[in-house]
Amino acid sequence: MHELMLAESVVRLVEDTARQAGAKRVTRVRLALGALAHVDPDALLYCCELVARDGVAAGAVYEVDRPAAEAWCANCLRIVVPAAAGASCPDCGGFELDIRAGEEMRVIDIAVA
Amino acid sequence: MCTTCGCGHGQVTINGRAARPTRSDAAPRAGYRAVAPLDAVHAPGLDAERTLRIEQNILADNDARAARIRAQLKTQGIFALNLVSSPGSGKTSLLVETLRRWAGRAPAAVIEGDQQTANDAERIRATGVPAVQINTGKGCHLDARMVAQALGQLQEEGALLDRSLLLIENVGNLVCPAAFDLGEAHKVAILSVTEGEDKPLKYPDMFRAADLMILSKTDLLPYLDFDAEAAIAMARQVRPGLPVIRLSTRDDAGWAQWLDWLGAGLARAGA
Repeated sequence: MHELMLAESVVRLVEDTARQAGAKRVTRVRLALGALAHVDPDALLYCCELVARDGVAAGAVYEVDRPAAEAWCANCLRIVVPAAAGASCPDCGGFELDIRAGEEMRVIDIAVA
Repeated sequence: MCTTCGCGHGQVTINGRAARPTRSDAAPRAGYRAVAPLDAVHAPGLDAERTLRIEQNILADNDARAARIRAQLKTQGIFALNLVSSPGSGKTSLLVETLRRWAGRAPAAVIEGDQQTANDAERIRATGVPAVQINTGKGCHLDARMVAQALGQLQEEGALLDRSLLLIENVGNLVCPAAFDLGEAHKVAILSVTEGEDKPLKYPDMFRAADLMILSKTDLLPYLDFDAEAAIAMARQVRPGLPVIRLSTRDDAGWAQWLDWLGAGLARAGA
């Protein structure tokens, strides 16, 4: 269910931007959903399509980029790429990881006609 | 998508294998295709389309509301906690007992979140502490807008006092509430010993978002196979250094530690 609320935020950002630009139609929406982001991309896009269906962004194509996870390993003393939230350091197997990237959820841009 | 709560299923696996091709790795379907990395070159201007940059956090609206709540709480020196757990971990019992033992130290108020019923707020009010019940209907988490409304209600009742404790009991759900900042000082995750000790690994987002874990119902440990040390180790896998307090509403163990933690937080609030 929290995907539905996130979708409402996405569509609000998209529609506000399109309206301010005087656009008639939004054809594409580009999202960045980090590899560790607390969201299910599939469910989010499904909800976006539902929420947007009566507005200027109805029928828009969604593109999703998945920025990689990055964490500082206090054991290896460098940035590593954990496989998932709660996963160990891929190099040393330790769990002293400080997540630095990969949790973001952003609307990057939209294409309008 | 689950039609009951709307949970997504795009990353569902059965025995570790994808339950079905997800839209992101299957052939492109109408309305959705995977794309190149962020720095991929775009070729705008090939048709009448224009690209408008937005670059905004999807949670920006909630986060802005949460920031306003946090600022208001700081002005009043209120120490606010967002209590999160599975349904049935004993959040409300923990709150009732906390308020009973906290009585006389400083004023307190409670915001209760549930899909339905005002039962929990009534249990809190029976202790003499003011409480507001938020019913989310089908919603699975509290958000900052709901909490702002509840704070308004407490204010109207004259129940939001300076230098007080504000305890927010989130909807019982170890998934969705992790993403939503309510303006609290800390999320406190409660794990009861009647649950599986590997819950922190099963629901890492929530335990990673927490600043304290309470291991509750510890009086039941002699009757269970629950390995408390293993549970704590797993919580610290997802959240290195996570402080843990073990307690039960049925005995005195851990209570001095929990009340001291609350007292120290209240002393820092507004500073």
